[in-house]
Amino acid sequence: MSGWRAADGGPVIPNFGHGTACLRNNHWFCPSWVREHWSDILQPALLQHIYLLLISVSIGFAISFALALVAFRFRWLGPTFGALGDFLYCLPSIALFTILLPITGITVTTIVIPLIAYTLFVIYPNILAGLRGVPPEVLESARGMGLTRRQTFWRVELPLAVPAIMAGLRVATVSTIAIATIAAFVIHYGLGAPIFDALEQPDFRTELVAGGALAILLALGADALLALLQRALTPWSRIR
Amino acid sequence: MILASLFIDALRYIPDHASLLLEKAAETAELAFTALGIALVVAVPLGLWLGHRHRGLTFALGTSSIGRALPTIAVIGVFIAWLGVGFWNVTTALVILAIPPLLTNAYFAVDGVDRDAVEAARGMGLRERQILARVELPLGLPLLLAGIRIAAVFVIATATIAGIAGMERGGLGQIIADPVTYTFPGVLAAAFCVAAIALLTALVLALAQHAASRRMAPRA
Amino acid sequence: MPTEAAELVFDEATKVYPGRDGAAVDHLSLTVSAGEICVLVGPSGGGKTTALKLVNRLIPLTSGDIRIDGTSILAHDLTELRRSIGYVIQQVGLFPHMTIEANIGTVPRLLGWQRQRIRERVGELLELVGLDPEEDRRRFPAELSGGQRQRVGLARALAVNPPLMLMDEPFGAIDPIVRARLQDEFLRLQHELRKTVVFVTHDIDEAIKVGDRIAILREGGRLVQYDTPQQILEQPADGFVAEFVGRDRALKALTLRTLGDLDLSGAVADGLPELPADTSLRDALALLVAERHDALVVLGSDGAPLGVATREDLLR
Repeated sequence: MSGWRAADGGPVIPNFGHGTACLRNNHWFCPSWVREHWSDILQPALLQHIYLLLISVSIGFAISFALALVAFRFRWLGPTFGALGDFLYCLPSIALFTILLPITGITVTTIVIPLIAYTLFVIYPNILAGLRGVPPEVLESARGMGLTRRQTFWRVELPLAVPAIMAGLRVATVSTIAIATIAAFVIHYGLGAPIFDALEQPDFRTELVAGGALAILLALGADALLALLQRALTPWSRIR
Repeated sequence: MILASLFIDALRYIPDHASLLLEKAAETAELAFTALGIALVVAVPLGLWLGHRHRGLTFALGTSSIGRALPTIAVIGVFIAWLGVGFWNVTTALVILAIPPLLTNAYFAVDGVDRDAVEAARGMGLRERQILARVELPLGLPLLLAGIRIAAVFVIATATIAGIAGMERGGLGQIIADPVTYTFPGVLAAAFCVAAIALLTALVLALAQHAASRRMAPRA
Repeated sequence: MPTEAAELVFDEATKVYPGRDGAAVDHLSLTVSAGEICVLVGPSGGGKTTALKLVNRLIPLTSGDIRIDGTSILAHDLTELRRSIGYVIQQVGLFPHMTIEANIGTVPRLLGWQRQRIRERVGELLELVGLDPEEDRRRFPAELSGGQRQRVGLARALAVNPPLMLMDEPFGAIDPIVRARLQDEFLRLQHELRKTVVFVTHDIDEAIKVGDRIAILREGGRLVQYDTPQQILEQPADGFVAEFVGRDRALKALTLRTLGDLDLSGAVADGLPELPADTSLRDALALLVAERHDALVVLGSDGAPLGVATREDLLR
């Protein structure tokens, strides 16, 4: 298990055996280091992070969707699910990762379970709000025209809920990327790994910045992609 | 099974180590609320003013996107690497993380206020600052409080990272970062405490939000 | 397109909400002949919308029956029943996420029509309601004005050529100028299609203009009078109807007849105002009052004078 101690001296030359001036002075960003260690440190970390993201968000979305459908059907369950989600969200992520470690071991599962829990907090309320936000006159005309309950759901309510669902998905994706970096405190995986590594030898700045920058870029990129997806799925909302 | 016994042990840990937990909780609270306070003072007036002018939408949206994308660890790490560990360094990092959601919510709270009410006020001769204070702020209060609530929960949970940073009086995060010294039940107990602080704060703000929106609810 | 309009019969139809005093609809009995427009009118709380929604079972009957062409609505399969009735509501309720074409084609699609047939039908209907068949089919509801959306709502209800139409204050949310135009066009349409229509409104003037027969419902859902507009204006059943119709009902009655209905005298004089024969008596009277004349010349559709109408002729 790793942890990092505070820097109690000034910057120290990282022990990599390359002594370029940039590294020796521990500048914030040394391109040479980044280039050299892209394939052995940064790229694997990035790919691992993407892997974490995809698993957590897809499973989290599936569970949220199922829960939202249930809560949509049985209104009284709504507040209960919501309260549960709120509670989970208040638990600090490190704690969850730490707790799960002895239970699920040093595996991806340990990281993924808390991540899924956090996505539930964001995606579930959005799906529910989206479904409930359909204008009543639209529902009335659908009923009056003779659409069955199921047809109304799939052809009217769900499509109209897409904007809210996508908004929740976007927030969940970006937050997951950020929270997943914390997991490296407990398990050396994902983009958090270079960040924590860098903080371990007292503040190796380039690695820290590189890891952090990749996480931010990944988050912004994913957000932009989802934004495009949202525009593609909702042609009617582009009208002003 | 393991989870259940862990749960029970953690619950037992709390009364056993009450003074330790209280001390650490106070440290976390100090960190979190200081950061929250500063962030409020910086972000909310700015957000309110921009929302009032209905300008800077891209800015508001942009800060919120970037703010969410910032990995908390990286920000705090950068600050610690730059300035070393200490109360104000960690607090500043927390402030930076807290500003985006507060700014965005303040913006949308005011921006979304019924334009007719605002126009009526303007027509009656209220000055801009008065409109903001007497019309937009009261009407936007529920939404603003909702945003503060979310930011508060976020900051409190993130403040535990200070403990990971090895800060001297790092609060409950210190316990969480160190299962060896404090045992796993201890870690879970500390987590519960963090959750408790967060939930309590959220509850208070939720009540305030409820009171604010009830004042405006149309009386039949 | 040949239309088979249906006959609609309310037979002691009653709706009582549990826990509320009195009925929402109280033993309503009336017959709407095939091809007729029946207007349900009355003060709010009078149960007119409730009565309408009993027909397509959006609101379940408490007792009594409603029959379409002799068959009880309860005997129909619910979904099939609704798909065979055109339903238009005040806020229209167009699906915002679908194009106009998809909106109108909703029920045809459910019934399994071929795409080509749907496309043609949409074009037909758009033209019928006065919209552009090529341009507007591709638009989304948000791009249209309130009046245009209401036309689409009508087109959507007519999609599968239902024998019965239910319309709940369809022009209520439209501004008066557009509303008048929509009413005229609706009447023109009805003249062509001859559907059975139940039309709810709170506006007595609209009822008089649009209805073949008017049913006046008062609070508690009771039917007070069911008659032609002429009868209701000239012989209101009781004080309530008289009050509801308005003290100017005699003047309102003048809107029901035109100059062409009168016997005209031949004495044409100079300096008299001229009006076409299809002008309502009320508008003619308004002109005489405004211009302080005692008589006017009635023109035929070719513009040639048909005769003279005096003020007395109008008021008889």
